[in-house]
This record gives sequence, C-alpha cells and structure tokens, in this order.
Amino acid sequence: MQKRLILNPELLSVTLHRLCHQLIENHDTFEHTVLVGLQPRGALLLDLVATTLQQLTGITCTKGYLDATFYRDDFRRRETPSKAHQTKMDVVVEGKKVVLIDDVLYTGRSVRAAMDALLAFGRPDKVELLVLIDRKYARDLPLAPDYVGKAVNTLASQKVLVQLEKEKQNKVWLINEENDAA
Amino acid sequence: MTQLSQKHLLGIKNLSEKDIQLIFDTADNFKEVINRPIKKVPSLRDITIANVFFENSTRTRLSFELAEKRLSADVINFSASSSSVKKGETLLDTVNNILAMKVDMLVMRHASPGAPHFLARHINAHIVNAGDGTHEHPTQALLDTYSIREKFGDVAGLKVAIIGDILHSRVAISNIFALQKLGAQVMVCGPKTLIPKHIKSLGVQVELDVFKALQWCDVANVLRIQLERQQIKYFPSLREYSLYFGINLPMLKKLDKEITIMHPGPINRGVELSTDVADSNHAIILDQVENGVATRMAVLYLLASQKQ
Repeated sequence: MQKRLILNPELLSVTLHRLCHQLIENHDTFEHTVLVGLQPRGALLLDLVATTLQQLTGITCTKGYLDATFYRDDFRRRETPSKAHQTKMDVVVEGKKVVLIDDVLYTGRSVRAAMDALLAFGRPDKVELLVLIDRKYARDLPLAPDYVGKAVNTLASQKVLVQLEKEKQNKVWLINEENDAA
Repeated sequence: MTQLSQKHLLGIKNLSEKDIQLIFDTADNFKEVINRPIKKVPSLRDITIANVFFENSTRTRLSFELAEKRLSADVINFSASSSSVKKGETLLDTVNNILAMKVDMLVMRHASPGAPHFLARHINAHIVNAGDGTHEHPTQALLDTYSIREKFGDVAGLKVAIIGDILHSRVAISNIFALQKLGAQVMVCGPKTLIPKHIKSLGVQVELDVFKALQWCDVANVLRIQLERQQIKYFPSLREYSLYFGINLPMLKKLDKEITIMHPGPINRGVELSTDVADSNHAIILDQVENGVATRMAVLYLLASQKQ
C-alpha cells in the first residue's frame, strides 16, 4: 500500500483558517446560520471549524450532527451494510442558512442523502456545502461544493484518508490500494 | 460488525451477543428518528413486508406495522380469522401465495411452536418471528432488554426476576436467553404448577415466594396469566393467584431498595399487578412500548440490509 501525504498538519491548519474566513465573509455574525457535520468524519471537521471560528471571531456557532445512513441509495446493494451513527440535531433549520460539512466529496451520493435527511428537520432557506477534500471529476450527481479545502485529481482505485482524530496530528493521505497499483 | 449473523429472526437462541448489541446500537439511532418532527426514513422504500398473524395480537402487530411504516416499507396485513386458512389451506401454501405477490419479508405469529423455523427451511424471504406458541417471542425480549439497558446503562451484572405464568410464556423463554447472553442473572417465580419442570437446566434460579424474588432482583418482569393457553386448572382461582403472586405498592415499599417493574402487556390490573404499581414510577411499561417500535425497526432494517 502506497501512501502520499496531501495535507500535513501545518498546511491543514492554514486551509482550515482560509475556509473559516470564507465562511465569515458570507455569514457575517452566523446569527441565521447552522453548521451541520455529516457523521462520522464530517462531524470531526465541524468541531475543528467551529473551534477555529470561535478563535477568529468569538462567535459560538449553532451546530448539528447529521447521520444520513438511513437515506442512502445503496441500501441492500453494498457487500457490508454501512453503520449508522448518532444524529444530534437539537436545532431548527427552518428558515436558516445551513452549511453541510464533510471531509471528502467524491461521488456526491452521501451529500444527496444528507440533503434528504436534513429536510426531516425543516426547510432551510439555503444549503451550502463545505468539504476539506474535493475529488475532482468523480461526481455521479450534479453537485458542486461552495467551499473547498483542496481539490485533488484521484483515480477510482485510490482512497483519501482524512485523519482528524488527534489534535496536532491532523493529516490527509492519498492511498493507492496495492491490488490496483497498476 | 455491521451485519447480523442470521438471515431470519426466529428466536433469541440463535443470536450471538454481538448480534444483540448491533440491534441495540441500531435501535438507538431509530429511537432518535421516531422522536423527530418527521418520524420517517426512506430506507425500506423498495421492500414489501407481510404481517401474517395466525393468532390474535394488538400491541405487537401495531408496533411492527408502525416500525415498517416508519421505515417506508409497503405493508400488507393478513389475519387467519378472515382468510382461506379457515377453508383448509396449509401454512406453506398460504405463505407461498403471499410470497408470489413479491413480498420480501414476513412477520409471523403462529400458535404452533416452530412454525417460523419450518417456513425458514422452505422459503427464501426473511422471516421475523412475532411469537410462535409457547416457544419464543424474540422481539419482545429484545425490547425488554433494550429497556433495561436504557434504564441501567448495561444489562450485565443485573438481577432480573420473571414472575408469573412461566409455563405458557414465550416472553419468559426469549427473555431468559437474551438476559443470559447479555450477562444478567435470571430468576423465575410463580406457582409451582406454572414453572416448567426442567427450567433449571437453562441455568435460572427458581423461587416460589414472590416477595423473596422481589427482594433479590433489580428488575421484575411481570407476566400475564395466559388463561387462553391453559387447558386445565393450574391454580384454584384468579383471586387466590392475585393474593399470593400479585404485586402491590405496599410490597414494593417494604423492600430496602427501589426496583424496576416491567410488563409485556396486556396487563390484567388487580391480578398480577395492582393499579398503583402499574401507574407508579417503578414501572417502565410505556417506555417498553416506545422501545418496541425502535427495536423492531432495527431488526427489520438489519435483516433487509443484507445483500440480495
């Protein structure tokens, strides 16, 4: 298995700050904004974004954690079913500007499921998408992100691994599966 | 693990502890779903489920139907009393006719123990046992243990007494299996005539004095006297049963600790439980009903999620 580092901790921090400044540019005081992280790893990115925003502006954003497993379109079609995670949406999204946050945008199917899941909590005024990594030219659906950390060219045989679990150890890797190395 | 080890839910006996934990974890997610403003997810939208009830049921059937609808499945209902079973059709023919209409899952209750096991050998659809005679009632045991887990955080190490008509109770058998797999100690209590002769071989304690059972346990799961299954007299009268085995509030107050009271329903107030106990804050009977929908959603979802 070959691994290539796409974002090291320093660069990831710079990217995160840029994304937060872009959010501030569009959302001002965040009064009518709800940040929603997609479980599992989008939720970790959401926490990082919220902490950075707090440091930059002093504003505590309204947060929600959304799991879209029950809305996926590959139910009964996967070899092993995907595991559901906790949904924690103690927020009203009716009439709000929602920023969906996920680690990697690939085919766009998770985001479609997430938009479906989001509607169970009301009708937002606007929905935007923030991703740390955009895997270019890989979309199955007509979707485009509004905020992109880094856009990368990838092959279908490759994987993008986002490590956000440990503080100061945040990294993003591009992985070549050995079998598909050719 | 994201998948059950079984294709059907025939009984708790065939499930592993991991299976049960997976059902619980999934039920946690569904419990959140059924408390949303929009209580529905589209997961099972291309699945048709037949609820085939050869025996009467209100709660279980409603609970299954609601679980199916919350998962967006198409539901058809069948009850033996208004069907061709009365005209002499066999079980397998009846079920094959239902399946010929492109049904993917079957939820079945039948008066004969082993009926769903028999079907599982002959048909392809997923089967969920909603009670087979006096044998097993797996989803009831799952919702009971889920409710205990919710109240206490964990089932392991707890002492649970099952009190009442053990002989005719599928709830008791399934509960014993589930509780033991999850690491709880189990005691059964009731009139000697209603305790199966070899119950000790399942590794449970037997107690004939209901007050001693209450003193021993953390949770008392109280069962109904199933008069409809009793062909002979097992005790002189309901009044006498209620005097010796009924649980009332003064008894609970005499205990040196607070215990939790459960009941799978329907309650015969004044027989196995007095009204003041059934309505007290010891009882988690209505929580059990709510958890029934969430655990049944989890079971249906996990069985349906297996690749075709």
